[in-house]
Amino acid sequence: MRLFSLLFISLALCSTSASALTKINGAGATFPYPIYSKWFSEYQKINKDVQFNYQSIGSGGGIRQVLKETVDFGATDAPMLEKEMAKAKSPITHIPTVLGAVTVAYNLPEVSGDLKLDAKTLVNIFLGTITKWNHKDIAILNPDLKLPAKDILPVYRADGSGTTNIFTDYMSAVSKDFKDKVGVGKAVSWPIGIGGKGNEGVTNMVKQTPGSIGYIELAYALNNNLKTVAIKNKSGKFVSPTIEGISASAAKTDLASQGFKGSIVNADGDDAYPISAFTYILLPTKTNNVQLEEVKKFLVWALTKGQSFTKELHYAPLPANLAKQLLEVVKK
Amino acid sequence: MLNQQTHNATPTKSIAKKLSGAYGDKVAKVFMQTVALAILALLFLMVYLLFEMSLEAIKEFGFGFLTSTDWDPIMEEFSALPFFYGTLVTSILALLIAAPISVMVAIFITDILPVKLGQVLGLFVEMIAAIPSIVFGLWGLFFLAPIVREQITPLLKSTLGFLPIFQGPSFGIGVLTASIILAIMILPTITSISREVFKSVPQHQKEAALALGATREEMIRLAVLRPSFSGITGAIVLGFGRALGETMAVAMVIGNSSRISASLFAPGATMSSVIANEYAEASAGLHLSSLCYVGLLLFLVTLVVNSSARFIVWKFSPIARSARKDKRA
Repeated sequence: MRLFSLLFISLALCSTSASALTKINGAGATFPYPIYSKWFSEYQKINKDVQFNYQSIGSGGGIRQVLKETVDFGATDAPMLEKEMAKAKSPITHIPTVLGAVTVAYNLPEVSGDLKLDAKTLVNIFLGTITKWNHKDIAILNPDLKLPAKDILPVYRADGSGTTNIFTDYMSAVSKDFKDKVGVGKAVSWPIGIGGKGNEGVTNMVKQTPGSIGYIELAYALNNNLKTVAIKNKSGKFVSPTIEGISASAAKTDLASQGFKGSIVNADGDDAYPISAFTYILLPTKTNNVQLEEVKKFLVWALTKGQSFTKELHYAPLPANLAKQLLEVVKK
Repeated sequence: MLNQQTHNATPTKSIAKKLSGAYGDKVAKVFMQTVALAILALLFLMVYLLFEMSLEAIKEFGFGFLTSTDWDPIMEEFSALPFFYGTLVTSILALLIAAPISVMVAIFITDILPVKLGQVLGLFVEMIAAIPSIVFGLWGLFFLAPIVREQITPLLKSTLGFLPIFQGPSFGIGVLTASIILAIMILPTITSISREVFKSVPQHQKEAALALGATREEMIRLAVLRPSFSGITGAIVLGFGRALGETMAVAMVIGNSSRISASLFAPGATMSSVIANEYAEASAGLHLSSLCYVGLLLFLVTLVVNSSARFIVWKFSPIARSARKDKRA
């Protein structure tokens, strides 16, 4: 009986403390989900009155929910299109939170060194004009490697995804041919290859199929020990995907002039890794309610202290000057 | 009905009294009618909603949705033909693999094994149906795909390689792998329905065949299989319906390509897999609407297949017919 009353009292206490909580709902991209959950749990340690609930349903779903105003904030990898922005009842601000990169992973057990590719060769592989690993275009770029006469199997994302958007954005930026034949989007029509479902699907196909090459997020390549291609950037240097290389590609972009949403693929700079992108939180700026104020407070924390959690989860922090500019936008 | 009464009778005894007898029956009847109608209404609402959402694509493409071959979200050109083709090819191939095995398993259980042992084996076969399809998908991706690539493909190429369906490179992921997975998944459906059909064969019919000097094999062929033909057909068509709608496992191993290819080693896509893959990230408008249109088509195909199966099982099966007659008598 005593136990029972104790339970009852603790339950009552719980419910009173719960009523003081501000609950904030968000939905959107899956790509930043690991860092966002880390942020929410860290933020809740210092600010106990706020509870975040984030549904990682995909960027498209995030945009749709923000437009329907069913969530307090959205999240997306690709910035919203103009025609989507036009549907919004109240203006929507894009706040970049972290940077990520798409890596090109490959499986060639007989090659020991690191593969290097330039934009043109990469495009031709994914368009199906280069079909063998010992093609002369690949051989010229990799004089030290002994390349096998194997078929190349390009692997792409079958489900619509921000990863595909970033990758096709890069390919279209460097090749008019690719832009005409395939284009930029979250789901595109590939002329060759097979499709895996999700980052994990592509990762597994590359991992178990000799001769394959596919694009995945950096964290998946690192966690699965897949070999990644060093890609020739705009300055003519071969750059492997690293946290520093990703941050470098955002350093020289003036994002403020583009409304804080823009593409940074194929960026300038010797160290810049060319297939990098921001991921955004979408902030509907309607009437100032409690939730919006709390999201803004959280964003101030995320843009300052929160940035230190990025590296352990394989994201790149925002360049310092950009974070400073964003703080002013958020605080407004 | 009993449930309904006890449920309503719990509050007080006077209500319990009122609900007993004719009045209680009436309440139960109305309640059940409402539930049954609600299910029907739900189905019609779903179809209506699907139709409404795909209206934009229907207006844009009409019946051309089934004749062109492009599925390009960037150019906003959509056609369901590659997925329709993929769905049909994988489902038919799955049937070709699963139907003979299922029928043989069913005969083995009902007519060859001792009754107790047959029940145990039947239970195991039905347990295949309880495995989640994501598990089948993962198993296909990690276990079956390498086997298809390294063993089944070379074997098919060296023996039947002159056929165009067995040509081209194989990476283990593709139409063939998806069909094999599907075959395993529809096996319990066909087996358990065939078992029911075989069970309804009158015992005296089998005994008569044996008394006429037929061997066991001849008895099964003449007294069990032949009169059950339409029942088996119905079972197969129901399995076909199940194969048409299967999504997750197929999406994981089929390779997800919207190109139509003659080779079974090539990647493909099915109607349900393309919806599962693209719906979450589809931008509003024509893309979303086209995916709904694909869903509507899939619904129609499944409806036709399933209702024809029911029709075959209940109308043309002589055993079912005689069973119904027996009941009436």
